[in-house]
Amino acid sequence: MIPRGFEYHAPRSLPDAIALLEQYGDEAKLLAGGHSLLPMMKMRFAEPAHLVDLGRVSGLKGIREVGDAIHLGAMTTENELIWSAIVQQKCPLLVEGARLIGDPQVRYKGTIGGDISHGDPANDHPALMLALGASFVLKGSGGERVVAADGFFLGTYSTALKPGEILTEIRIPVPAAGTGWCYAKLKRKTGDFATAAAAVLLRMKGETVQEVSIGLTNAGATALKARQAEDSLRGKTLNDAAIAEAARLAMSICEPAADQRGDVEYKTAMTGEMTHRALRMARSRATATA
Amino acid sequence: MAKKQTVSFKLNGKEVDVVVEPRELLIHTLRERLQHTGPHIGCETSHCGACTVDLDGMSVKSCTVLTVQCQDAEMLTIEGFEQGGALHALQEGFTQEHGLQCGYCTPGMITRAYRLLKENPSPSEEEIRYWMAGNLCRCTGYQNIVKAVQYAAKKMSATSS
Repeated sequence: MIPRGFEYHAPRSLPDAIALLEQYGDEAKLLAGGHSLLPMMKMRFAEPAHLVDLGRVSGLKGIREVGDAIHLGAMTTENELIWSAIVQQKCPLLVEGARLIGDPQVRYKGTIGGDISHGDPANDHPALMLALGASFVLKGSGGERVVAADGFFLGTYSTALKPGEILTEIRIPVPAAGTGWCYAKLKRKTGDFATAAAAVLLRMKGETVQEVSIGLTNAGATALKARQAEDSLRGKTLNDAAIAEAARLAMSICEPAADQRGDVEYKTAMTGEMTHRALRMARSRATATA
Repeated sequence: MAKKQTVSFKLNGKEVDVVVEPRELLIHTLRERLQHTGPHIGCETSHCGACTVDLDGMSVKSCTVLTVQCQDAEMLTIEGFEQGGALHALQEGFTQEHGLQCGYCTPGMITRAYRLLKENPSPSEEEIRYWMAGNLCRCTGYQNIVKAVQYAAKKMSATSS
C-alpha cells in the first residue's frame, strides 16, 4: 500500500508552514505524527497534492507549567506525555488516557495536536480535553486565537480550525489538588480504537459532588460532553443510585456509529458502563475537602 | 508525479543517500533500495510491528514513516546488532530462550526490545508486555519472548556494571 503521489514540504518555521497552507489551500494537508493521515493516504481515503510536514517546525514541542495551567506544544508525542513528570503529577488523567492510545511505536510518533486536529470521535484526546476544560491556540496568517475544547469539535473530521490555521498549543487548567480522575476505555485489543470510553474529573466536598466533568469517546459524530449527567451529579451525594442515573443520562446523548466493534445498542450500553466505572474510580481517587 | 528528492541518513552507523519519491515508505527504501531485508513487511497497516526500526531514539513502524521524513536521521535495524561476529545480548536471549519459531516477527521484536531496555534497563514482566505490545507474534504465545528480553536485560546490566 503506497500513497498517491504528492509534493512534500518540510518548513522550518510556523510562518512558513502557514504560508504553505495558504498557498495550496484545499490541496494541502498537515503531517504531524502521521499515524492517522499516512494510513488514510495509503488506503487512498486521503489524497493531498501537498503534504506539509510539521516535524521540523521549531517551537511546537514541549511541556510547560504556566501559572495554573499546563501548556503542551501540539507536536508533543503520546510517550512524551506519559513520561512527563509535570503531567504525571499535575494531570494524571492525561497520562492514563495516553497510555491507552495505540501501541508503543504509535505513541513515539503520534502527537496530541494531531489527535485533536484530526477531529475523529474515535480518538481519545478530544473527550479528555472536554473533561479537562482545555483550550487550544490556533494560529494563522491573521494572528492567533484561543478557543475552548468545548465547541471545537464540530463533526466527524470537522473542527473549528479554519483553512490556513494550525493548532500550536494545548492549554490545560491544572485540576485542583484532591481531584479524582479516570479514563475508562473499552477496546478489543492493543492498538484498537475505543468501543466506548469515558473521561471523568471529579471534585468532592465531603460526601457530595462539588464539580464533575465527563467526556465521551466514540459515542457520536464528535466527542461528547455529558452535560446532563454532570448536572445531575453536582451537589448530590455520590452513591450508587446517583452514578447509575448519571450513566443513564450519558447514554441518552449517545449516537454511536455501528461498526465491527458493535451495534448502536451495545456501544451505547458500553458508554454507560464506562461512565459508571470512570465515576467510581474517580471517586476512589478523589480526596474530599471538608 | 512529484519530483524525486535526495534523502541522507545514517543507517547502522553508515551514511547513506537515497533518491526517492516523497510517497515512498521507509520500509520499501530499506528493503528494496538498501537491501536491508531484516525489517519485514507484515500487515502494512502499522499494527504488527514486523517493520520496526529504531529512528532517532524511537521505535517506529517503518511502514508508516515516509523516507523523506528521515533526512539527517540516525537509524538502527536488525542488521546493525551483531558486532564483530558477536551476537547482541538480545539476539543471544532470543536464541537461548527460544523466543522465536518462524522468526518473521523477530527483527522487529529485537529492535523494539533494544529501545525498551535503553529506556528501562530492568523492566518487570508487566512492563515488558505493555511496552512490547506493538509487536505481534503468531507462534510463541509471547512467553519466551518475555524471557528473552529478561535474559538480555540481565546480561546487559551485568556487563555494564
